[in-house]
Amino acid sequence: MNNGPDTDTVGRPPSERRPTDWKAAAVQRRTRRRYAAERRFRLIGLAAVWLSAGFLALLLASMLTQGIGGFRQTRIALPIDLAREHLPVTGDQVRGRGADLALAGAGLENAVDHAATAAYGAEAPDWLSDGAWLVVRDAVKRDPSLLRRPATIDVPVTSAIDIAARRDGPAAAEAVVARLQARGVLSVGWNLGFLTSSDSTDPTRVGIWGALKGSLLTMMVTLLLAFPVGVFAALYLEEYAPRNRWTDIIEVSINNLAAVPSIIFGLLGLAVFLNTMHLPRSAPIVGGLTLALMTMPVIVIAGRNAIKAVPPSIRDAALAVGASPVQVVFDHVLPLALPGILTGTIIGMARALGETAPLLMIGMRAFIAAPPSRLADPATVLPVQIFLWSDQVDRGFVEKTSAAIIVLLVFLLAMNGLAIYLRNRFETRW
Amino acid sequence: MTFPPKIQARDVSVFYGDTRAIDHVSIDVAQDNVVAFIGPSGCGKSTFLRTLNRMNDTVASARVDGQILLDGEDIYAPDMDVVQLRARVGMVFQKPNPFPKSIYENVAYGPRIHGLAAARADLDEMVERSLRRAGLWDEVKDRLDDSGTALSGGQQQRLCIARAIAVDPEVILMDEPCSALDPIATAKIEELIHELKGRYAIVIVTHNMQQAARVSQQTAFFHLGQLVEFAPTSDIFTNPREERTRDYITGRYG
Repeated sequence: MNNGPDTDTVGRPPSERRPTDWKAAAVQRRTRRRYAAERRFRLIGLAAVWLSAGFLALLLASMLTQGIGGFRQTRIALPIDLAREHLPVTGDQVRGRGADLALAGAGLENAVDHAATAAYGAEAPDWLSDGAWLVVRDAVKRDPSLLRRPATIDVPVTSAIDIAARRDGPAAAEAVVARLQARGVLSVGWNLGFLTSSDSTDPTRVGIWGALKGSLLTMMVTLLLAFPVGVFAALYLEEYAPRNRWTDIIEVSINNLAAVPSIIFGLLGLAVFLNTMHLPRSAPIVGGLTLALMTMPVIVIAGRNAIKAVPPSIRDAALAVGASPVQVVFDHVLPLALPGILTGTIIGMARALGETAPLLMIGMRAFIAAPPSRLADPATVLPVQIFLWSDQVDRGFVEKTSAAIIVLLVFLLAMNGLAIYLRNRFETRW
Repeated sequence: MTFPPKIQARDVSVFYGDTRAIDHVSIDVAQDNVVAFIGPSGCGKSTFLRTLNRMNDTVASARVDGQILLDGEDIYAPDMDVVQLRARVGMVFQKPNPFPKSIYENVAYGPRIHGLAAARADLDEMVERSLRRAGLWDEVKDRLDDSGTALSGGQQQRLCIARAIAVDPEVILMDEPCSALDPIATAKIEELIHELKGRYAIVIVTHNMQQAARVSQQTAFFHLGQLVEFAPTSDIFTNPREERTRDYITGRYG
């Protein structure tokens, strides 16, 4: 069966041509098959899109339902009369700088335990979170008159009671919760402390701020190092470097570097920054340096592509009015390539923000209870914090892990959103 | 012609790697003339044009032999500054290529990088003068801050001409400036070339023989990298000396 045009007739004058029978069965069969292929392709494509969208929705939904709980907290109404405790502090002492120390030294923690025993029985102090007295302390600092009069303060409960109150916990805790709920003293509220405090051994007291600050400091180092070096490397390779064997080798090396597993960069950081240069362990500066090594090739590759996409006619135009090569690059090529470079940079930074493995190698997995204030302070970062919490035995950490993932995802989405915004904002059409 | 030629090309050959694109071409461009380069595609006329302001330098494999003198000065001499040369020998390209910046910035860019304007007022005046000379002022004077790329093709090309003349060059090279334009825009550019004639030496590459006949005083016919004939335009089109010129002009090939 010959489905193609009859070779005898091609190129002959119309009078000599045998007309093609467009109604023939073979032709119609082929048409049907073509339509079927078209439909099939569209269905497969649609299925692929729905599948990936479904997985994304599943991920977000499960993270949100799990993680929102990490921002919630069960509290118990604690009647407390500090006047009866005779704390050796004055109203003046709890105003101002020494307040924390004064109240801790005055035995506020014991006073809170006494109050719990008085209100709910001998077991009650065990139901309170380790951080309960800190809530009382802060309340006293806000309102020193609490030292002289009875009041009821909502304080957080332990993670076991917290879990039992909000979902299902151990049997003993469930019994306690049932008793307390009957008295109507439990309440659930937002736990903003999660955003402002740092790591802790007690899941009711942990917070993400330390890890978040560690991530910010680390990203700052990464950006300050990787962006200029990456952009200048890309500009030089694209605009100045001669095409020869050496630049080919460099290009292949950079492409390979972008594909190297991140843990290898961690080993490199360990060997170079810690063992050779003796920089401090688990510090944002070392983390930033290590992640910069990893991000740089991504920026170079994205930068080169963006620079390549600048039409040569713009370079010609600038050269023809007598611009020097440096002027061509900085007046025309770089501004036009910048949206692409920024997009690549932000995507590389987002990857670095989510990176765990190389940071484990340089010791950023330590338990750090205070947020870092300098680049050389010990710190941890968001993904490592998630990894550490996911390893904890206490069930209270499950929700906290999901909550930390939400914080990380919010950051990643914000960075990607910024990339899209920058691309649309500065995109030039010509 | 009493003036010495503005540009003298002596025995110029251009190579791309091992391929010879231009073969021993010698040509003189007078101060107050428009010279047209014609010839079939790939004959080397654009390549030769680009040697006149060393735009071929950007092609790594390109090599130029022979001598090109601008006012008697060898432009391929080691002490010749390419940036200054390109300010003296401006260029307009086949496809209009305004910078994706405002109309004002497009014209002001050249004077600015060469430090030709001392104050903002000088720059404003230069921009206006250049746009007027390019016949674009009346169309754009109310929207100098609009992007140059928002103009029509013909306006963009006149903007490119304004940009070239803003640095006050001595020679303007035009590489098929009308091939991407419609007939009306083409007519405007040709009119403009007439007005610019005398003020600048102009070399124009064109595929359109009528255009060469209309705008130029001298025409050079290139074929396969060689300069076949270089003569006053009227002679080339009415009485060519060479067989190959006659065949091309009468449409035998090309």
